[in-house]
Parts: sequence; C-alpha cells; structure tokens
Amino acid sequence: MGRNAEVAIIGGGPAGLSAAVELGEVQSNCILMDDHSQVGGQLNKQIHKFFGSEKHSAGQRGIDIAKKLEERVSLLNIEIWPESTVLDFDNEGCLWVNKGDSGIVDLMADRVIIATGANENTFPFQNWTLPGIMGAGALQTMMNLYRVLPGRRVLMVGAGNVGLIVAYQLLQAGAEVIAIIESANKISGYDVHRRKILRTGVPILTSTSIVSALGEKEVEGAVISSVDDEFRPLPGTERQLAVDTICLAVGLSPLIDLAWSRGCKIVNEPLLGGWIPVHDADQQTNIDSVYIVGDCCSIEEASVAMEEGRIAGISVAESMNLLDYKTAMEKKNVAKKVLHELRSGPLGATVRTAKERLSKSTTFYRQNFFHPTRYEKCLSNWR
Amino acid sequence: MGEKLLRVEKHPVLGDAKQKESWISITIDGRKIKAREGEPIASALIASGSRVFRYTLKKDKPRGLFCAIGRCNDCLMIVDGKANVRTCITPVRDGMIVETQKGDGKSNGKKC
Repeated sequence: MGRNAEVAIIGGGPAGLSAAVELGEVQSNCILMDDHSQVGGQLNKQIHKFFGSEKHSAGQRGIDIAKKLEERVSLLNIEIWPESTVLDFDNEGCLWVNKGDSGIVDLMADRVIIATGANENTFPFQNWTLPGIMGAGALQTMMNLYRVLPGRRVLMVGAGNVGLIVAYQLLQAGAEVIAIIESANKISGYDVHRRKILRTGVPILTSTSIVSALGEKEVEGAVISSVDDEFRPLPGTERQLAVDTICLAVGLSPLIDLAWSRGCKIVNEPLLGGWIPVHDADQQTNIDSVYIVGDCCSIEEASVAMEEGRIAGISVAESMNLLDYKTAMEKKNVAKKVLHELRSGPLGATVRTAKERLSKSTTFYRQNFFHPTRYEKCLSNWR
Repeated sequence: MGEKLLRVEKHPVLGDAKQKESWISITIDGRKIKAREGEPIASALIASGSRVFRYTLKKDKPRGLFCAIGRCNDCLMIVDGKANVRTCITPVRDGMIVETQKGDGKSNGKKC
C-alpha cells in the first residue's frame, strides 16, 4: 500500500508533538507516527516536576505536559498512526512503515521530521545479560506508566540526573534502593536531586563500579568494588549486595539509524551524545527535505526537545509556503530565545558552541556532499 | 514474589490504583494470569512474577525485559504462534497465548 503526505513526523514524543502542533496550526497535511500505542514518548513516565527555566514548563510534571500536547494535537487536523514502526527511510525519501495490522505501508512525504529520540546506553560486566538487569527508562516505564515493579531490592548504577530521579521514583513506588553507585569520583546529577536522595538515607557510593551480577536465571545479587581514577577495580574491595534488580542509568545515545539510512551526514560530537546528523539552527539536515529534532540530534532535556520541535515545524511550514518569511522568522526567534535561555550556564554554553559548529558543517555538507539530483544536474551541464 | 507486591497500589504522585479496572486473562506457558486491559504483555508477565522471556539461540542464555521501549529485542516471545513479538510494546488481548521463546522461535528450541 502506498500513501502520500505533505509532512511525515517520525516519533510522537515532546519534539514530534511540538512540531505537529506548529504544522497543524497552518493546516498542513501531516502524519505523525509512533511505535507505541499512545503518543507522548518519554514524557508519559516522568512524574517528577521539571527543573530549570521558570518560563518553560518548570514546576510541571512530564505526564501533564504530555497530556496537554496530546490534547492540542487531537484538536488539530493531524493524522496519528500509533503502533507504527518506520523500518527504513530510503535514499529516495520513501518511508517504509510497519503499520500494525495493515502491514507495510510505503509513505512518500515532501518533508520528513525525524524525532526518534534516544537509546539507553549499557556497559558490559560479568553476567550483564541476566534478566533483572534493565535500563533506568525501562524501570520508569514499568513503575510509572503501567504501575508494575520489576523488583523489590534495586541497585542503581550511575548517579547522573536520570539515576538520581529514577532511584527516588523507585522509593515512591515502594521499592527498596540498596545503593546508588557511580564510577566517577563525584555525583554528576543536579544538587536538588542529590539532596532529595540523601534525605531518604539511600547511600550514594562514588568511585565504585559493578563487577558482576550473581544468579543463574535471574539476578540474585551484585558484586561492587571501588575503582581508581582510571575506573580499574581495586582488588580486595569487592562487596556483595543482595539485590534482585540492577538498574543501569549510564547515559543515552541518539537514535540516528533512519537519518543515516536516508543519507544524512553523521558526525561525532561527544558533547551532544556521540554520532549525530549535522543540522543547522532551523533543525534542517544537509538534505533539504529532512529535519531532525530532540534527543536524536543531541541528548538534552524535554524542554529543549519541545523548542526544537517548534522550530522545525515552523521551518517546514515556511519551506512549503504555509507561512510567510516574516511571521516564520518572528515565531522562530521566540523559540530560539527560549532555547538560548535553556542552554545557559557553563554546560549549556558548551552545547551552544557544539550546535554552532554543527550548523557550520551543515552548510558545508549541503554544498559539498554527494547529492543525487545535484550530481545529475552537474552531469547534464557538463554534457 | 506475589502479584499483590509487584503491582503498585498506592503512589504519592500518581494516586491510588483505580478500583474499577477491567481485567482480562492471558496464558503464559500454559499458566493463566491476570492482565490489566491496555498494558503491554511484558508488564503483565512481570506482575505475575516471571522475568525470563526468552533463551538465546547459540548459548541458551536467559533474557528478560531490558529497554521497555521496543529497541533492544531482549523481550521477544511467541505470541499466538507468532515468534519474535516485542512484548514490551504489544498490548495484551483477552485469551492471548504467550510462550517463552527458545532461540529464533521457529521450532521453539526443538530439533527438527
């Protein structure tokens, strides 16, 4: 089966939904796809209050933000495809969508916004594949969305923001957090989250890493050990903990496979989370019809993802003449100002520099990258 | 681990679990379990106390839920005779038959 649309948005998280809102408001014919039965992405499981800029969603819980976005999208004329996985995005711009019971649909869209989000990182230790070892996001999904606890006694690996927040949410759901371990010598999460944990009495062990998981069929325990400055375990410091679940909160990686298969230029930007497609300040990649937003183009917060989605939606509308240059410019500037505020502080400044660098390389690759149609044009001129 | 313990009944942010919820039943390896309507297969299984979802093809090692967002393929199971179904994003249906997957699930571990 084949379908056509003006715009296809891949992913219904904060970034994808925000882009859909902007496009719906200018009456574009737009399809939003998500592989879950419900849109909202990771917002659906974030029951903590957002922290950061007062102007932007701070003090609100992720689940409430998701509901509001969903309501706005449902009022607009946007086609939503739940339980649809995009299998491939070929170099002619066709999307191969596995649309639940209707089978494979090939969708041709004039513009595509990629908002696929990120994958959780993992790292190897002895028996690291045992059932009962899971990502922090997985635990969050189970306990906050479906209200099921995958374990009673949990060891949290990683004391970044995610590790600290999920540990606190585990306590709220009624589980026991035995310890939070962190291989670096300091806690990298925000101080508010650290203090929240310390008040509950859960120990945060820095310079400590996991050596192995114990158990035959499922996790029955864990062995942790102190590590030196180069993360090598120090012999003789091993300790055994009786836990039934090991939760890994060791960062995220952008989900770039669709952009990659489409032929977007991928570069390594460790500050933004690793290998990511190049994109400019309008979220456009080096391929004119492809835009990228949210965690799949830099690991940041949901509030950033929403602004990026907004910018992409406006740019797409502008490129299809649904918005005139002046209105689009004004709308984009508002969103860009908020983004600038969200990326303040020392860490935000490094992110901004990295994004500016990416923007420059986008211009470069747009002009110099192998591009089938441009290549044909060159050939025809030459002939 | 009992089922009561694993379902979160009271929650300081989300509130108490709804009393009037529709429950359906699914079968896992011949055992009937209760599932909440609309939840994925994986959460119903975890609530019933089983965490091993499949065994790997080469080394026959157990695997369970890992990412819960349909990315990692650790939670593949045989659902209504269809192998390699991602149970973490497939909602339950009444009377669904779920089996632990052995290997690629084609003959479910039996040598043909």
